This record gives sequence, C-alpha cells and structure tokens, in this order.
Amino acid sequence: MLAARDLSLMLGGTPVLAGVSAAIVPGRIMAIIGPNGAGKSSLIAALAGLHRPTAGVVTLDDVALASLDPRARARRIGFLPQVAEVNWDIDVETLVALGRLPHRGRGGASAADAAAIGAAMAATDCTALAGRVVGSLSGGERARVLLARVLAGQPDYLLADEPLANLDPGHQIDTLACLRAAASAGAGVAIVLHDLAHAAAIADDLLLLDRGRVAAAGAAATVLAPAIMARVYGISAQTAVLPDGQTRLVVTGRTGLSPRSA
Amino acid sequence: MKRLVPFLLAALLLASLMSLLAGKVWISPAAMLAGDERWAIIAELRLPRTILALVVGAGLGLAGAAMQGYLRNPLADPGLFGVSAGAALGAVLAIFFGLSATPYVLSACALAGAGAAMALLSALAGHSGSIIVFTLGGVVISSLAGALTALVISLAPTPFATGQIVNWLMGALTDRSWNDVLLAAPLIAAGALVLAGTARALDALTLGEAAARSLGVNPARLQWQIIIGVGLIVGASVAAAGVIGFIGLIVPHLVRPFTRRSPSAVLLPAALGGALLLIIADAAVRAAPTVSELRVGIAMSLLGGPFFLALLLRLRRKLG
Repeated sequence: MLAARDLSLMLGGTPVLAGVSAAIVPGRIMAIIGPNGAGKSSLIAALAGLHRPTAGVVTLDDVALASLDPRARARRIGFLPQVAEVNWDIDVETLVALGRLPHRGRGGASAADAAAIGAAMAATDCTALAGRVVGSLSGGERARVLLARVLAGQPDYLLADEPLANLDPGHQIDTLACLRAAASAGAGVAIVLHDLAHAAAIADDLLLLDRGRVAAAGAAATVLAPAIMARVYGISAQTAVLPDGQTRLVVTGRTGLSPRSA
Repeated sequence: MKRLVPFLLAALLLASLMSLLAGKVWISPAAMLAGDERWAIIAELRLPRTILALVVGAGLGLAGAAMQGYLRNPLADPGLFGVSAGAALGAVLAIFFGLSATPYVLSACALAGAGAAMALLSALAGHSGSIIVFTLGGVVISSLAGALTALVISLAPTPFATGQIVNWLMGALTDRSWNDVLLAAPLIAAGALVLAGTARALDALTLGEAAARSLGVNPARLQWQIIIGVGLIVGASVAAAGVIGFIGLIVPHLVRPFTRRSPSAVLLPAALGGALLLIIADAAVRAAPTVSELRVGIAMSLLGGPFFLALLLRLRRKLG
C-alpha cells in the first residue's frame, strides 16, 4: 500500500497541503479531485516521492518513501506528470524505453525490458507508432505514448497527474480503460482529475481536496453528494447510480458565489 | 545508424595520419617510415600536437553533448558554464605576473581558475539541482571572469605582455609538447569517465525534471557530475590549448541526426566527432600558406559563428 499519513507540505513558503491522509491500494483506482489550487498535483507528486514533506510521511508498504533509494522507488512507483514534455526528436520506441531506465543495468536492454516495452505499447495501442518521431504525433497519440512510457516500467503504483487533459472524449475513455486494465492487473492507481463526471465513472475511491485539506473521501456517491459539491465547488450537482452500479454526475449550475470568494 | 561510430573511428585514424604528415614541411609516408631527420618533426612536434588535438577535441565534443543533454537545450555550450572563462583568467594572471616561462605554472594557474569557477558555480547552484540557477550562475561567472580578464589585459605592464595574453586567449595547439599532453590527457579522461556516468540520467531528463526524478534521477548528484566532468575537461583543455570555442556546440549537432537523438546516444559520437574536427582544423591551419600560423581558436570561431547563425535560423523556421 502506498499511503500518506498526516502529510503537510510547504512549497516556496506557502502551505499547499495540511494533514492529508490517503491510501492507494493495489487493484483499485483512486481519483484525486478538488477545485483549482486545492493541492491535487502537490499531493500526487508527494506520493511519487518528488517532494519532501514538512510534516507527516509517505510510506510504501510501511517503509518511509524518503528512506528508499531513488531507483528502487522508481521501480515500484510510476509517475506521469501533467506537462507532456519531450525534449529531443526521439522516436516513439526510444521514448517508451525510457520507462525501463530504473530497471536497466549498465548494459543495454534485456529481454525483460523488450517484453515490457512491447506489452506497454500494445496496451496503449501505439505499436504502429514505434518508428515515428515524437514531434510528429498528434496530442492524443502523444498522450498514449507517454502513458506507455509509465506502463513500460511495470510499476506497482501508477500515479498520473491529469492524464485526460487535452484529450478528446474518445481518447479520454481509452486512457481510462488503460488505467483500469493496469488496476485489474494488480497495480494501485491514483489519478488527478478535473472532470467530476469521469471521476464518478472510473474511480473506486474518491479523495476530495479543498485548500490543502481532505474535504471528503470514500465512494463516489458519498463524496459527490450535493451538499459537499455546493460547499467545496459552489456548484449544484446531482448524482445517480446506474443499474450497472456506476455513479453518474450531472452539474446543473452555480450556487451563487464560490465559497472561497464569499 | 549503427555504422556512425566505426565510420568516425576510421575517419579519425585517417585524419590523425594526415595530421602527422601535414604542415609547413610535408612529409611523405615513405619518409616517415624511413626514419630520416624529419622523423624528429613528427615525434617531437606533430605527434604530441595531434594527440593533444585528439584529446581536447574529444573532451570538448563530449562536454558539449553532456551540457546540451543536461540543459535540454541544443544551443548550450560548455563555455556557458563559466569554467573556460575562469581557466582563461587563471592563465592570464600567470602571464601578467610573468610566471608563464616556468613550465607547468601557466597550466596550473589555468586549472586553479577552472577549479575556482567550478567551486563558485556549485556554491551558487547549491543543493537545489535547479537548472535555471545553474545556468544563471554560469552566466554570472563567465561575465565576471571575462571582466577581470579584460581588466588584467588593460593593466598589463608591457605591450609584449598584452600581446602574449591576447595571443594565448585565442587558443592554439602550436608548439605543444609531450608535457602538455601528459597534463591534459589524464584530467580529460577523468572528466570523460564522470560524464559517461551521467548517460542514463540525461536520457531521463528528456521527459523533463519531474519525470526524470520519478525515474530515480537525483538532480543534485547529476549536477555535481556535470560540474566536475565538464569542469575537468574544459579546465584541462584551456590549460593546454587556450580557449577553443564552438566545438562543444557544433559537433553534437553534426552527429545527432545520425543517432537515436537521445542524449546518451550522442555522447560517444560527439567525442569522436570533436576529435576529428579539431585534428582536421589544426592540420589545416598548420598547412595553410599564411605567414604566421592562423590560430585554431580563431578558425573554430570563424566556422562556428555562421554555423550558430544557421542553427538559429533553422530553429526560427521550425518555431515560426
């Protein structure tokens, strides 16, 4: 289990997280939601071990993340940043292979590396793109390739910061399906989402942040309750549980001013 | 593109042989093997000079490739870093105080200058591992060392000293001896080893700083490796040959299209290409029918300026 306990974080002298606890469990998808500036990205980066907490601790199977060797940590936790940065005109296969870096010894790629790269590219449907230069890809293709990079590392925990940003609805569904497949294969998945409807549809657990604190956590139907949505987002929203057991959310309007500006 | 490295190695071998034969006195391969008195020209002048060109060129090419990978910027150059300006200041001070006649003193002063610049840069960059602080720190050190060098030149006691300083600053491989090779080669080799250890981290940086850290890269450690590796190479190069610019900028560009383009794939070809370019350039200035020999540092700058411009125009077209 990858868990944050009473996590507080200051970035550039500003407190961004205060006493946040969260647990990412193998086989489940947790969606981290909240208004802009709630601390979602900071939390997921802290879970990936990229920030040093000011208080509290992030643990991986009860071992403090900060005490792990960075490469050992990287083999177990995969992180997909929000900004899809790729700096050189490398081809898709070379990019996906970067996901194997924490596993690679001094020598070249092993058979296990090649198998993992192939599987990740197949899972994200980018095998046909292998020889293409990353700069020539469309936004949707690029997002798939970057997701394949994380999957290639075969992490036990997969953390993604807004993996659906800038994707059309079809590609959003494809990406969520990939993440679900990873969870079904046993990975613990946490994603930052802005779209509450997607969060309601995909997540097993929701974590709602507001101004650096946990405002609500648990199943979609509880977290997305109208009273909570009104208090945190200043919106009126209705949830419905469909016959297939999935929760659907419809936002119907603004409840006056947002609570923050009030 | 697997044939790039063998090709560069073969070209390097050929260029080295040519460099031994070329100059104001041309020596035919037959004469070289026969071993007449012209052998002395080869053994005592051209061989150390060629080896120095090989070592310095390889080091600068490698340092440039590592810097571009680290800063994720195709316009980065090891000179950006302040070390070559620091080394130049050290050497200029040695000439100013009239110490340059004693063997090794000039080189030692240049190395001390490089070391001071490295120490200052790592102090400025601190433990943050931040690339912005690192780059700005390099710019500050470069301009400070440049200003101090100009000050020293303007205070030079005699026109002769001024001439000597200016001449030295232009960078050349003329009249280098085995001593210079023995000084520079081990330091450059050590720096190259340190940079070879950064290959994996540089590849990870392709995806940006956050992704690289999530892949297990320790940014503070990487910054140390870059400072020490580039510092050793550039410091030793300037100590042995003066300031030779542009190799670190040009060569990675020339070889990159023939590789997978990831930073680690450029390192070895850039080293070989740097050696090749400097050996050819040095042989060319030696053989050129000029009254006094053209300084190879000037030749590189003459080549580098237009190249930089072409690069910029291409970049602008790509962005526009």
